[in-house]
Formats: sequence, structure tokens, C-alpha cells
Amino acid sequence: MSSLTIRDLRKSYGNVEVLTDINLEAESGEFVALVGPSGCGKSTLLSIIAGLESVTSGEVRIEDRVVNNDAPKDRDIAMVFQSYALYPTMTVRENMTFGMECRNVPRAEQKETVEKVADLLQIGPLLNRKPSQLSGGQRQRVAMGRALVRDPKLFLFDEPLSNLDAKLRIEMRSEIKKLHQRVGKTTVYVTHDQVEAMTLASRIAVMYKGVLQQYDTPKEIYERPRNKFVAGFMGSPTMNFLDAKVVAHGDGLGLTVDGGDGAVMPVTSEKSAGLTQGQPVVFGVRPEHFNPVHAHRGDPIATLKVLVDMVEPTGSETILMSRVAGQNVVASVEPDDAPNEGETVELAINMGKICLFDPATELRL
Amino acid sequence: MQSPPDVRHPPKATRRWADMVPQLVLAPTLIAALVWVIGFSLWTLWISVSQSTLLPDMAYQGFEHYAKLWGSKRWTVAYQNLFIFGSLYVVGTLIVGTLLAVLIDQRVRFEGIWRTIYLYPLAISFIVTGTVWRWIFHPNTGVELALKDMGWVAARFDWITDRDLALYVVVITGIWHASGFAMALILAGLRSVDGDLVKAAQIDGASMPRIYRRVVLPTIWPIFVAVAVVLLQFAIKTYDLVVALTQGGPGVSTTVPAIVVYDLMFQRGQIAQGAAAAVMILVALALVLIPYAVWTGWQKRKEGTRHG
Amino acid sequence: MADATTHQEFDPLATGGMRRRLVSKAIVYGALGLFALVYLTPLLIISLNTLRPLEDIVRTGFIALPEAETMTLRYWGEAWGSFCIGGTCEGVSRFYKNSLMMTIPATVLSTLFGLLNGYVLSKWRFRYDGLVFGLITLGVFMPQQMTLLPWAFVLGKLGLSNTIGGLVFVHTVQGISFTTLFCRNYFVSIPDDLIKAARIDGAGFWRIFRRIILPLSPPIVIVTVIWQFTGIWNEFLFGTVFTSGANQPITSAIVAFSGSGTGERHYNVEAAAVIMAAIPPLLIYVVGGKYFVRGLTQGAVK
Repeated sequence: MSSLTIRDLRKSYGNVEVLTDINLEAESGEFVALVGPSGCGKSTLLSIIAGLESVTSGEVRIEDRVVNNDAPKDRDIAMVFQSYALYPTMTVRENMTFGMECRNVPRAEQKETVEKVADLLQIGPLLNRKPSQLSGGQRQRVAMGRALVRDPKLFLFDEPLSNLDAKLRIEMRSEIKKLHQRVGKTTVYVTHDQVEAMTLASRIAVMYKGVLQQYDTPKEIYERPRNKFVAGFMGSPTMNFLDAKVVAHGDGLGLTVDGGDGAVMPVTSEKSAGLTQGQPVVFGVRPEHFNPVHAHRGDPIATLKVLVDMVEPTGSETILMSRVAGQNVVASVEPDDAPNEGETVELAINMGKICLFDPATELRL
Repeated sequence: MQSPPDVRHPPKATRRWADMVPQLVLAPTLIAALVWVIGFSLWTLWISVSQSTLLPDMAYQGFEHYAKLWGSKRWTVAYQNLFIFGSLYVVGTLIVGTLLAVLIDQRVRFEGIWRTIYLYPLAISFIVTGTVWRWIFHPNTGVELALKDMGWVAARFDWITDRDLALYVVVITGIWHASGFAMALILAGLRSVDGDLVKAAQIDGASMPRIYRRVVLPTIWPIFVAVAVVLLQFAIKTYDLVVALTQGGPGVSTTVPAIVVYDLMFQRGQIAQGAAAAVMILVALALVLIPYAVWTGWQKRKEGTRHG
Repeated sequence: MADATTHQEFDPLATGGMRRRLVSKAIVYGALGLFALVYLTPLLIISLNTLRPLEDIVRTGFIALPEAETMTLRYWGEAWGSFCIGGTCEGVSRFYKNSLMMTIPATVLSTLFGLLNGYVLSKWRFRYDGLVFGLITLGVFMPQQMTLLPWAFVLGKLGLSNTIGGLVFVHTVQGISFTTLFCRNYFVSIPDDLIKAARIDGAGFWRIFRRIILPLSPPIVIVTVIWQFTGIWNEFLFGTVFTSGANQPITSAIVAFSGSGTGERHYNVEAAAVIMAAIPPLLIYVVGGKYFVRGLTQGAVK
């Protein structure tokens, strides 16, 4: 049974439509990440699921109940906010019991629940402190604790890690993942960080301009993005898009980069379905699918001759900023294989991993 | 599994009422504000063109009361006084306030005590302030008598009974009362100035007075505008201070518009003309506040476009 | 050690700098002291004159020190309890009580309304809420003169003419504009997420107000209470127009007896009454000075 169902959802403020025809379903126990650039509507969608915003049309269902008109408290949800939203005048314990107090849960039961959750999150020693006396990571943990005591049908997270520094963020990320594995509750997690989405989610909903672009597993999203936006948004450094043309190549088809030296890159038979000779395409290659020819392993390959403008070592990998026929190409290579600035090198492309897009519709072909 | 209810159906009536709580809480205030701000203004406006004399009479008469008002010497003197008093009071208060703020900004010891001393006049009423200063300025009780008592028999300090100088007594007292207020706001502004700016100016070799004059004070000029607007409002509404200090005299030399309103309405039984005078006060306020509101709105919009 | 001192003494730059620093310090403190004198003297002089016999004041005026042998506190007693004002000889005690009876309820009521209004206007957005807020804050700028006649009429209709209750009513309505402005601007800085979290926790309008907003409110409550108390206590025009005789607040009473130029003047008693009128707001100011300034900055710059 699905735990959360969103059907034909629309939301507009006056004449401005901020969400258009959202359809989304989460199985029980699933971890769904809503990801997209700021202003894409992901936070609005989360607020609608929480009942903090109303629906213009469509329906939101939690398990088998339509909750469109239910108040947040009646939806059996819990939420962790970006700012944590811990009540500053209450102790950690009071923060966690406030919801139960509102629901008239007996005191003994409140105490028991808080202790159980405090144990789970290892915040027992903090229970009598005020939020202002906690570090960022501790606040984060208390915020999750407050959500956990509710034992809800649905967990909602609104960019919960964006206020933490880089190191703590990675730490808390894995903690959230562990927690989800342990508790097994359906979770909707909003983030603008595609790495967070990739690492945490069982399915990712990529949103842009109020429209759900693709809803799929992280692997599918990464390898088979439905359109140019999804391809570009997921992955860092971002996918290269080169204007190219389909040409004949032996028995099959190949690609030449517009304005280039005419070198033909063979397209695998699996990817050439539906392509016709002379068709313009956008040729998408992720930076890590480039390799200097001498270091390339595996097939099938094609090569592309590029002029290296800049070399940026990051330690674990080296980023090449280069050009081919006036189009920028970013490649990520092993540090040992990196060429020098100003060199012209031949890069091997793993043609099994490339994506081709229609230049007009931007959909993947 | 039961069939899902139609989402377009209105929710339960009880929830509707609960949703109305915020508006219901606000309702008494809203009604009061509507009656008080809009209703009362229109009422007074109507009275000013009605046939009212000693008692309200709602029959329409026209704008004669305004003509009569502007024809009376008392009123023109009062309006003129408002201009003289207002400009001297605002400028003087800003100068003294700035001076005090800059002095306190020199990392002085006991800052809290200095501030408390300079600001306390604002806590006491205009009535107390005016009464106290009247005694000090009056030749029979104040400075002049003290000087004579000390042996300077020819001493004269009788501004308060001098038709040409009494208004400056009001100005001085007003500045004494409000300069702490200007100091507090300007000091808050000085404290908000980026310390790096001062360091940069010091490295450029500027002296402290020059740093204030050329760098620090110019960056907080919006605060000066805000303080000036508030002070202008005080000036336009000035009533109690003059009543306690000079009662508008000698003669009409320190009369201000608010005093004329009171006299016309409650001493001379000319309600309509008093209402007309009150409307003129509102007009003066609007002339100050509307441009300021437009200007701040414009500033905010400029900020907005610069940031996003 | 010796080396260090000689070195310092012979360094012309260091000594020059030191002297310049001392001079500028002297200027700063000198100016601060001079201003302090100007601000303190008037009230000090009048306070001292409450202790002097009338003959002394008449002879030398206010600007003189009391003489030890004639110093007395009895003028305070007279001013409080037995001085004759307008035919009745009860001193200012009655007017003082009037002022308290007017100021305290009006302060409490306007603060309560301000808190609720500010809470609604900052946390429960609805259609046209900006317009409503604008209308309410317009009241801050209303000149009293525009409201005198309508108020007199309304108070008459309500049977509140010449009553303390009438003044409480007028000051409450007028004060709500200020308190709403203060509270709304303060509550806006409370993150909306707190309210959302509380709603998800199941708290309603009143519970959120009681458990989240009120515990965060003490700073703004102090500001509004100080502001309202001093403002209403010091107010003069409404008190004079809407009440008369024994029902007037202290400000009107002071003008009534010290402003009227007839008969023999009792400067020492009058001075005591004036100081008494200044004491409550001064006390509040000294105790809550920090919040007083905060109220100023918020109220003025908006």
C-alpha cells in the first residue's frame, strides 16, 4: 500500500502557478528526496503535504485517507525544519513533549517516549538544556528527536542539513540514513543538494519551475535522466552538453561535434534507436566519463580532441577545463593521468554512458 | 477502504470557526481603528465646514471657517511660530544630539550614566519641563533674580516676557527635552557603522573629527532624516510645553496652532473654526509624513532591486 | 625596568601622543560634564526649592541653595495632602490617584491588545492584513486635535464624560496603535517555522500564543509598558479637555494651580508637586532605561 499519494496537484498564489500537475507516490518505508534549485516549488510541496499550505486542486493522500482539508495536527506527520524551529523558551525535554501535551498524552507515557527517543539519538544528557545551549549538531539531533517522539506515519524533512558546516553535514547525513534504516518510516526529504538526494533517497523527485521533471531511483536519474535539466542538475561537475549532428558511421551511426574537425564518434546500437542521419542533437557526457586515451580501459570508445585551458587538481580527482570547437568541455580524470595546461589531448569517451537530447524539446532521445 | 470524500466539499463548520479566530481577535481593534482614525477624521473635517459654533451643528456651511481662520492674526502668527520654532528646534536638537552621540562614542567610561543623564528629560512630561524652565527663565524667580542677588543689579534676562524673544525660550526648552532622544538614535546609528570603515580612514591618515565629518556621519544620514521627521511631528503637535512655559504669551508671541485649536474649540465656542485649525494641523503632518513615507518606500524598493 | 622608563620618557613621539591623548580625553570628559550639568541642573534646582521657605524663594528666586536651618520637608506634605487647589484643600494626592487609576488600566489593556494584534498580524497572515496593519498604525500619527470633538461626543454618549474611565478608554484606543506596531514588529523576528512546528505538534491559535509567543515576549512587554505608562502619565490635553475639577489627572492639576497667575504663589509647594508628578515616569525610566531606549528606536524608526 502506498503511504503517500499525490495526485494532479496544483498550487497557485493568485495568478502565479507554483506547482503544476504533480503526481507522486511513496511506498511504505520509502525515502523520497525532493530536489531542485531554489524556487522550484519543492518546499511548497512539502508544506502542502504537511498541511501548512492549502491545495488549489488535486489531492494529497496519506495511506488511504485524503488529507487535503485536514489540519497539520490531524495528518499524523512529523517535520524537521531547516532552522530546526526548536521552541527557544522550552527545554529539550519540553520541546519533545509539547506535541504529546497538545494531544493529552498521559505524563508517564510522555516521559517513557522521550527517554526511548533520547536513548536512540544519544541526547539523554541534553534533555534539561535550552536550545540556545546546544551546538548545531545537537540542535539537529533534538529536532529529529522531536519528530521521532510523534511516531508518525510520515516524516518530513525540510533541508535539515543546510545550516551545518560541511563536515558535520556529512556526519549527520549518514546518521539520518542509519536512523531511517532503523525506524523504517516513510520519509519525504527536501534538499537542494543533489549529493544528499543521491546518498539518502530510495527515489528522487527532481523538480524545476513547479513541474516534476522525473521521479525515479537515484541510479535511473543519474544514468537515464529524462531531460537536459535533470541531467544537468544531478551530478557535479555538471554534465557537458555539446551541439552535435548524427552522421553515418560504418553500419551504424556516429556523431560529429558542430564546428569540429569532423571526427566521428560511433554511437552504440542501443543508443542509436530512433536517430536519423543529419539530425541535430545535444550530446551529453558526464565529466567522469572522459579519460585521456592512454589511460582508458574498457570499450566501446570514441575520442574527442580538446584544448586544455585550465587544470584544477582537487586531490582525489583533477578537473580539466577545455574546449572543442568553441564549446566548453569539463572532464574529471585521475590526477596521475592529467595533461598540462595548453596541451591538446585526445579524450576517450565511454559511449555506453552518454546521453543524447533533442535540442528543441530537451528530452532525452 | 472507504471512498475518499470529495475535496471540493467545504470542510466541517467547526474548522471554519477555528480558522476565523485570528480575524475575530483583531476585530475590536480594527473597528476601533476604523472609527477612530477614519471616522473621527471625517467627522472633524465635516464640522470644519458645518455651521457649528458653541455646539456641533451638522448643517453645511462651506469653507468660510478656513477663510476666517487664515484671516485671523492669531492663527497666522501661530503658523509662523510653528515654522520658526519647528526649524530651530529640529536643527538645534539634531546638532546637540549629534554632539552628544559623538562624545559618548569615544569609548568613554560610565557610558550608561551619561546616556541616562542626557535622555531623562524625555521621560518627564512637557508640563513638568515647561513649569521648571518657566521658573528658571522668569525674571521674578530665575536667572535674572539670582544675578541681581549676587550683586549685579543691572542684570537682565527676561526673554520669557519679551515678545520678540519668548519663542526662543520655547526652542531652548524643546531642545533640552528632545536632544537626548536624538542622541540615543544617532548613537545607535554610529554603533552600526562598520568598524573597518573607520580603520580604513585612519590608514588614509584622517583625523578623528574628519573621520566623523566625512565618513561616519554621512553613512548614517538616513537616521538623521528619520529623527528629523519624528522631531517635526513633535513640533507640529507641540501644545503642553508652550502651555506650561508661556501659555502662548506674552500676547500671542508664542502661540502655536495646537493652542489656537484648543482656544477656538473650548474657550471661544467656535467649534467649526477650531476644527478647521485641527485639519490644518493634520495637513501639516501629512506634508511631512507623506513625502517621508514615499521616500522610505522608494528606498526600500531600491534596496530590493539591488539585492535581488 | 629603569631602562624601559627612560626609553619611554625620551621617545618624543610617544610622549607627544600621550599628551595629545590626554588633551582630547580632557575635552571629551569636560564637554560631557558640562552637558550633564545643563541637563541635571533644572530638576536639581527645583528639587532643592521644595525644601526652602517661601520668603527665601521670593527673595532670591529658585537659583540658590537651601539654608540648613530653614530646610524642611513640610512642603512635600502640604503639596501631597493639604494644599488648596481650586477651592478644595486636598493637595495633589487626589489627582495623583486619578493619574494612577487612568494610567495603569490603560497601560495593561493597550499592552494586552497590542500583544494579541501583533501576534495575529505577524503570524496569521490573511487577505488584506497589510492594509489592516497600515490602518491601525495610522493611529500613531493622528494629531489629538482631530479627535477632540468626536471623543467628547462619544464619551458623552457612553456616559463617560468627566470620568477616569473615559480617559482609560481614550488612552487604550489611542495606545493600541503604538503597542500593535511595537509587538508586530517584534514578533515578525520570531521565525515562522516555530509556528509551523507548533501547528504540526497540534497546538492551536491560543496554545501557540500562550506557550510559544508569550514566553518570548518579555522584552517587548517591558518596552510597551514603559512607553505606555510614561506616555499616558505625562499626557495633558485629553486630561484637560475630557475631565474637570476633582477628576483631572496630575498634569492638568499642575497647570491649573501653577499656571494661574492670580493670588499668592507657593513656589515651594508647587515645586514639590511638580517633582512628585515627575517621579513615576522617572523611576520607570531609571529602572528600565535600556528598554526605554529600545522602545524609542523601534517606535521612531519604525
